[in-house]
Amino acid sequence: MLKETRIKELEEVVIRFSGDSGDGMQLAGNIFSNLSAVFGNEILTFPDYPAEIRAPHGTLSGVSGFQVHLGSKKIHTPGDKADVLVAMNPAALKVNAAFLNPHAIVIIDSDSFEKKDLEKAQFTTDDPFKELGLRSIQVISTPISSICKATLDSSENKQALRSRNIFALGLICWLFNRPLKIAQQMLEAKFATKPKILEANLQILEAGLNYGSNTHASVSTYRVETIDIEKGFYRDINGNTATAYGLIAAAEKTGLELFLGSYPITPATDIMHELAARKELGVKVMQAEDEIAGICAAIGASFAGDLAVTTTSGPGLALKGEAIGLAVMAELPLVIVNVQRGGPSTGMPTKSEQTDLMQALYGRNGESPLVVIAAVSPTDCFDAAYWACKLALEHMTPVILLTDGYIANGSSAWKIPDLETYPSINPQYVDPQAEDWTPYQRNAETLVRSWAVPGMENFTHRIGGLEKDYKTGVISSDSENHQLMVKTRQDKIDNIAEFIPPQEIFGDADADLLLIGWGGTFGHLFEAAEKIRALGYKLAFSHFKFICPLPSNSIELIAKHKHVLVAEQNSGQFANYLRGKIPGLNPLQFNRIKGQPFVVARLMEEIIKILDDKK
Amino acid sequence: MMLTREKKYEAKDFKSAQVVRWCPGCGDFAVLSSLYKAMAELGTPPHQTAVISGIGCSSRLPYYMNTYGFHTIHGRGAAIATGVKLANPELSVWLSTGDGDCLAIGGNHFIHAVRRNIDINIILMNNKIYGLTKGQYSPTSDRGFVSKSSPFGTVEGPFSTAELTLGARGSFFARTIDVDIKNTVDVFVAADKHKGTSVVEILLNCVIFNDGIYNKVIGKEWKAEKTIFLRHGEKMLFGKEQNKGIVLDGLSLKVAELDQDEMAISRVLVHDATCKDSTLQTMLAKMDGEELPMALGIIRQVEELTYDQEMQKTIAEEQKKNPTRRLQDFLMSGDIWEVK
Repeated sequence: MLKETRIKELEEVVIRFSGDSGDGMQLAGNIFSNLSAVFGNEILTFPDYPAEIRAPHGTLSGVSGFQVHLGSKKIHTPGDKADVLVAMNPAALKVNAAFLNPHAIVIIDSDSFEKKDLEKAQFTTDDPFKELGLRSIQVISTPISSICKATLDSSENKQALRSRNIFALGLICWLFNRPLKIAQQMLEAKFATKPKILEANLQILEAGLNYGSNTHASVSTYRVETIDIEKGFYRDINGNTATAYGLIAAAEKTGLELFLGSYPITPATDIMHELAARKELGVKVMQAEDEIAGICAAIGASFAGDLAVTTTSGPGLALKGEAIGLAVMAELPLVIVNVQRGGPSTGMPTKSEQTDLMQALYGRNGESPLVVIAAVSPTDCFDAAYWACKLALEHMTPVILLTDGYIANGSSAWKIPDLETYPSINPQYVDPQAEDWTPYQRNAETLVRSWAVPGMENFTHRIGGLEKDYKTGVISSDSENHQLMVKTRQDKIDNIAEFIPPQEIFGDADADLLLIGWGGTFGHLFEAAEKIRALGYKLAFSHFKFICPLPSNSIELIAKHKHVLVAEQNSGQFANYLRGKIPGLNPLQFNRIKGQPFVVARLMEEIIKILDDKK
Repeated sequence: MMLTREKKYEAKDFKSAQVVRWCPGCGDFAVLSSLYKAMAELGTPPHQTAVISGIGCSSRLPYYMNTYGFHTIHGRGAAIATGVKLANPELSVWLSTGDGDCLAIGGNHFIHAVRRNIDINIILMNNKIYGLTKGQYSPTSDRGFVSKSSPFGTVEGPFSTAELTLGARGSFFARTIDVDIKNTVDVFVAADKHKGTSVVEILLNCVIFNDGIYNKVIGKEWKAEKTIFLRHGEKMLFGKEQNKGIVLDGLSLKVAELDQDEMAISRVLVHDATCKDSTLQTMLAKMDGEELPMALGIIRQVEELTYDQEMQKTIAEEQKKNPTRRLQDFLMSGDIWEVK
């Protein structure tokens, strides 16, 4: 039988692990993506888990998934459709059916495809594949539960069922010709303090691999080759962790202590988890009583001289609005990270969208301008967080950093940067020799006020949320003065355009059609643009990371093109923002608000249609 | 506070150049004056002092201090003051607030600051009314209180600041009267020296919207009989002739008339502010000037771990165990691989 195994060489492959939220699919997926990274593959992953911690067993709402995209060249997305699906129960099969390639391999636990299991997943016949219209897929139907039980001593039946994910992992390792060594090491690390569970898992991992090589049905197995990527040290990182590290890097560069005031909220909480664990690096984390207290404690810490941050997701940003206004008015440095999720209201907490752009730009009372930055990929979260801190500290302003659930939880291999090469961060502290100083005296060029931190002698002063006199900083409700202050606060933010990198263009700079995106959709848009250009079309692509202010060359860059298409995961918020900035601009729009990442094939279809229409 | 002081301060050193803009006769003036005196006595330099506030009449106070000051947003002062103290535990941090700011919109932040025992001093000026919005009832207004927003009287019961503080496991609670500057200064000094959240409730008169609200308790003709000033280690005596005492009768407090019962003096309770069990302190704090005299002075003062010091300690302990100090070193450790 072994001889018959064909090894198919592919440039890239998408694997999805799927089961009940208690089935350990995230763990199996994680181990496989990590070992592939060590193996030298480019990887990008995307966990897709339900909002419920443990939804009813075997039901559609309880399905949890983890997708890994492996490739031998640069990968930009976790992939649209799966080439391999592990479905631990009928519900997992049903939920993922629409995301399968026609010839995908589907591995199922046949023990959990009984009549009652099919009913739980609302199948009406006993042939789920036929019912879902899956005709051309290759099914590896394996009695995973029974084999797991048989592998271990009968007294360990419970553990055997818990290890079904590890069996699937072993089977996938066989499918992709992965030696078990690295997976074994990872399990050893994970279960170091639980020798019995470790032993059971190691046995079952091997059973999975053996099952594949002994019985393997006639499926094509893949080999994803090792690739040449840039030399250096790498680690696997997701967007939330990268955000946490970017904040630490900025604090270190500035020589300030990092303070986080935050309240748990999906999908942002992992930033707090990472920062709370970094006590050796001196990070202070306060888990506040609510979202408002989180940002208010951060504002207090900023007033007292720390690099202060609060992290949240959409509903939390809404709660923080009034306090952000205070930071705008007091002109204090503050970073607000908003990991966007499906809205409105509680919406879809574990799904991803770009629907908070307007909230970030304008969601406060009064004219309250601030800086908005949007990270474009999991690893870019590091740089974006660093930039957010730099601009906040150097320009005495709150900065909203937008990421989203997709890049926050998606991970990829990250070349560990040399932090020495990052730009310096120089807050404009008050000159200790300054005389007749007042708290709102400004740098004539940047309009930035100087920072006098409590504890400094001779600079005691009072600030607050009331309007203040332009010269003296004393509270004022004079009408002329208010107009001047409103304008000054706006000009200060507008000026920041001179301090950020210019907007870049990819592809054909002279193309008629310019594709525009912003934030976390970069990977999908870039891949779609590259593929379209490979088909012989001319297409320009520009992706925005700095949203407010826009880079100073943005308007000129956009105006050059005959047609503009803005693709975003909302109903057109960035398109409308651009309409306001560029008189007469009327961009075409591609809008998807499904809580899921863009689908490259769908993007290509739409863009090619436009290109053909506009010829 | 055995700090060696390079220079002594006077009350005027804490006074800013701003013109004080409260209504003539407002109790806030007296509080401000007590605070200047207390700070001078404490001797912490103005630049090492931060006064934070929310919104309301009481929250204008930071403008009149020659310290670092931050007039913030409604109800959030406790959270902001917490951040200030965590960023720089060396600072003496004060929160100036009122019954609306602290117990209505800011109630959540107040109880959590108290629960964490962050080392800040909360001056809570309780005039049982909203002054800056011109006369609505507050969460400390008595049931049935008639105001612009309750023209037929309120149909809700009030909070007791003391009960709320002790219920949130507060480590320091004191109560004073706005015009009693001498005692208020002493209480402020004790509050600042106390490590942890100190709550000082000041019975404050609003001359415009709630004039004389405390008169039946603290008015000249009533004060001696309707209030008792508690001092740690002293017998709980009150009355014009100090001829009344607080005794325990079963599980309740009672007033004993010492003139009528010579043996009663031996049963009069001795105040213990440092007792960790807050049961008796809560009973004392609940005395409202009706059957029992309202308690003034420091009702509870116990030593507990403080949030700011514990946060520092956790970081220091972790740093003792783990020598990594730079992010670069951290990133190069753990699960990494090299591409050659």
